[in-house]
Amino acid sequence: MKPSQEQINQMEQIQQVDFALVELTLYLDTHPQDYNAIQQFNQLAVQSKQLKGQYEQQFGPLKQFGGSFSSYPWNWIDSPWPWQM
Amino acid sequence: MWYYEKKLQYPVKVSECNPRLAKFLIEQYGGADGELSAALRYLNQRYSIPDKVIGLLTDIGTEEFAHLEMIAAMVYKLTKDATPEQMKEAGLGAHYANHDHALFYHDAAGNPWTATYIQAKGDPIADLYEDIAAEEKARATYQWIINMSDDPCLNDSLKFLREREIVHSQRFREAVEILKQEQDKKKFY
Repeated sequence: MKPSQEQINQMEQIQQVDFALVELTLYLDTHPQDYNAIQQFNQLAVQSKQLKGQYEQQFGPLKQFGGSFSSYPWNWIDSPWPWQM
Repeated sequence: MWYYEKKLQYPVKVSECNPRLAKFLIEQYGGADGELSAALRYLNQRYSIPDKVIGLLTDIGTEEFAHLEMIAAMVYKLTKDATPEQMKEAGLGAHYANHDHALFYHDAAGNPWTATYIQAKGDPIADLYEDIAAEEKARATYQWIINMSDDPCLNDSLKFLREREIVHSQRFREAVEILKQEQDKKKFY
């Protein structure tokens, strides 16, 4: 199934925040004493969780093995997969 | 353990079906300096590296799998609508004969991926220098592919990946300095 523009927009917001989190993670791996970077990291982690909660309610789970909740029927297996978006 | 997340690290868009570009891109899927090599190299080295840099190898190794998925998405989108004739014209005739439209871990010239592409010397400095070199080689490969590509959508994603190689290289250089400092500390005991 082709994703709606709304789904693509929300996904892009998640990708933006999560990119900053990846970048901060690697930075902190070699700069573990940087207080400001850790603060920024924790703030963005909250933001990421909020955005994903909102996305998952509309478009289904992003993670499994218990990383996300499921509605009925099991919707983890639904398209589109990332390369189909 | 690892969790899969149903999202690409960065959006992958292509302007049109272009199996010729896919043939070049497969270098970063199953080539010596590609994303599979990178992920397996770092995640394998981390068991014998000093504790101070295990986190970095774990996280960069994990990010490489996200890059592998991006390359797969590019190849998939560039080839999914290609006819056998178009595959043949693009130099993918041999690939098509063996794999149809399936992806396979080989380089742009068709050589299958091999574990000999990666090293694990057990010497932390030797391993990290190899990792820095691998990132620089991957960065160069992305540049050569961008130079041959006329697809602006694809180039946007490729430029993202090229920049990631630079950041990874920088982080590995910092890891070398961290280990050198640790080494110096020990001498004063």
